Amino acid sequence: MIPIEHILLLSAALFTIGVLGVMLRRNVIVIFMSIELMLNAVNLSFVTFSRGMDSMTGVIFIFFIIVVAAAEAVVGLSIILSIFRTRKTLNIDEFNILKW
Amino acid sequence: MSQIWLVPAFPLLGFLLNGFLGKRFGTRFVTFVGPLAIALSFAQSLVLFFQMLKAEGNVLHEHLYTWISSGNFEAGINFQVDQLSALYLLVITGVGFLIHVYSVGYMKGESGYYRFFAYLNLFVFFMLILVLGDSFLLMFVGWEGVGLCSYLLIGYYFEKDSAAEAAKKAFLFNRIGDFGVLSAVMLIFLAFGSIEFATINAEAATQLEYGGALVTAITLLLFLGATGKSAQIPLYVWLPDAMEGPTPVSALIHAATMVTAGLYMVARLSHLFVLAPFTMNVIAVVGTATALLAATIAVTQTDIKRVLAYSTVSQLGYMFLAMGVGAFGAGVFHVMTHAFFKALLFLGSGSVILAVHHEQDMRKMGALKNKLPITYMTMLLGTFAISGIPFFSGFFSKDEILWKAYSSPLGSPWLWGVGFLTAGLTAFYMFRMIYLTFHGESRVDSHTAEHVRESPLSMTIPLMILAALAVTGGFFGVPHVFHVIPNGMENYFQGFFAEIPSGHGSVSMEWTLMAFSVAFALLAWFFASRLYHSGFDLAAGLRSKWETLYQLSLNKWYVDELYNTLIIQPGRLFSTHVLWRLFDQNVIDRAVNTTADVARMVGNSIRPLQNGLTQNYALIFTLGTFLIIWFVT
Repeated sequence: MIPIEHILLLSAALFTIGVLGVMLRRNVIVIFMSIELMLNAVNLSFVTFSRGMDSMTGVIFIFFIIVVAAAEAVVGLSIILSIFRTRKTLNIDEFNILKW
Repeated sequence: MSQIWLVPAFPLLGFLLNGFLGKRFGTRFVTFVGPLAIALSFAQSLVLFFQMLKAEGNVLHEHLYTWISSGNFEAGINFQVDQLSALYLLVITGVGFLIHVYSVGYMKGESGYYRFFAYLNLFVFFMLILVLGDSFLLMFVGWEGVGLCSYLLIGYYFEKDSAAEAAKKAFLFNRIGDFGVLSAVMLIFLAFGSIEFATINAEAATQLEYGGALVTAITLLLFLGATGKSAQIPLYVWLPDAMEGPTPVSALIHAATMVTAGLYMVARLSHLFVLAPFTMNVIAVVGTATALLAATIAVTQTDIKRVLAYSTVSQLGYMFLAMGVGAFGAGVFHVMTHAFFKALLFLGSGSVILAVHHEQDMRKMGALKNKLPITYMTMLLGTFAISGIPFFSGFFSKDEILWKAYSSPLGSPWLWGVGFLTAGLTAFYMFRMIYLTFHGESRVDSHTAEHVRESPLSMTIPLMILAALAVTGGFFGVPHVFHVIPNGMENYFQGFFAEIPSGHGSVSMEWTLMAFSVAFALLAWFFASRLYHSGFDLAAGLRSKWETLYQLSLNKWYVDELYNTLIIQPGRLFSTHVLWRLFDQNVIDRAVNTTADVARMVGNSIRPLQNGLTQNYALIFTLGTFLIIWFVT
């Protein structure tokens, strides 16, 4: 049996990769994938705790998160698609007119 | 059940129908609804009048709705019909109905026909509320309501600058009076804990000290309100300008009904007023002074409606003289007879004005008596009545007032003397008006002269009915000295008004004074006939001799100019330099602008943070999260 600490470290590493991805990458699609990565890092820690506490609550949470993440992916990808159609680019630095 | 509420309900309904549907349903609908509403109201008033006479204590009372209930204080929408309000009801709805019928002819073809009748109905409604209310609260609703309708109707031709100005002036002068009424009502509430007339009248003598400061303050403030509404010195100047409204309006509002509201209030609270002899003296002196001042102005005016307007101010002065010497019954009697003959005279002048195509200048009239026979005859009867020619209505009421002014313990020979002089002037200027308008040579321009025609029946029938009332109206109150028929007015008001100690003066004295005033009126008539029977020529010689006095009278004693220099100009300077430039610009505007500047500065300094770069936000968000975690752990 793998110790809980190891899995949590993996989860934290995945989450940090996600955060760094959001902050550093310029491609919107990659940023979007990084967000998904963060979500799933959280899912991983939910499962870990669920197993450690011998309780189903964490697992039930995951189902909700996956459903919401799917819906969010639909909306997010549609937005990205329509932005791409007008701006002909996926570089997030050029999506900067929403200000002031 | 007495159903008092029906009386004001009909005019209110008329107002709603005319105001909201009149434009769509057209002239015939309005012509039907407008006068009918007042006719029904008059019928109900008659019923109530006789019920009231039979009722115990001569009072009918009706509770409709509790408006305010707070602690011990309760104010409801309660209607009350007693001797005073019943008489007012009959005058308002009766004369009001005749004037509505007259307006059908007079306002024919006007573009705002429906609007006119809606306002007129609304006015009658508020006037009825004013006299039916059993407490100050409801009376004040009516008081303000009639002021509003007066404003709307003076400004009926609002596209004309002078009419809009006159309406504004009337409203502002009334507001000064309203300040007095409101302050008085608050003092009354402090003194009595109630604002019901019945309570005030019943408890006045026990609650307040005779001649004390409080009762004097209350009554003086109430009188200030009365001077605003009833056009007395110092607030009378709005009434002559109010003649900008259509003539039926002048007849109904500015002669017969609304301007007597101030008198109504004084008469209603007679038990309070007699406790303040100082106020009574003020009322008598102000009334007499107003009567004389207005009469001297009326003598030289050339606008037919202005003559009548100043005549109204003068007659209202008479009524206040009566109130001031404690002759409340005589004052109310004169209110009634004056409503008849002054409404008649105004409507007659309207008929003349319509006949000569909206010309109001008497210098452009003359010799109309054969062309307008009915108007001429009825106006002549009205002139007899107002001049105090024996056995016409004005004779009885005016002589009753003059006699009381002389004989009452609150009166004095001086008051009688000035009243007597005014009576002579009244006869003079009224006959001057008759001669200039109807006699002599025609000064109507030839083009108009061909079209001069007697007014339609809808206008002449009200004239004839009012003339009949102006002739006979006085027999309700024949003074005791005649011994022919009992003094109906005095019996009617038995026990209603506060009693004052009976006066001095013998029967022979009364006869002598009466003979004097009749002789003086006839003399004034004679003078007027000599001077003006053929126009202005004979008067011109007299005018040049008394040029200064003539100018003073013609320019209304420069009272408007005086108010302008003493009050309006300083007020304007103060407002411009202190209120506007100093306070408004430097304090209020600066405070507002500084607030805005600070907000803008702060906004500018942190605006670069929101630069639209999503990853910047993400960075800040992450750093923030770290900060929170660092704080928490």
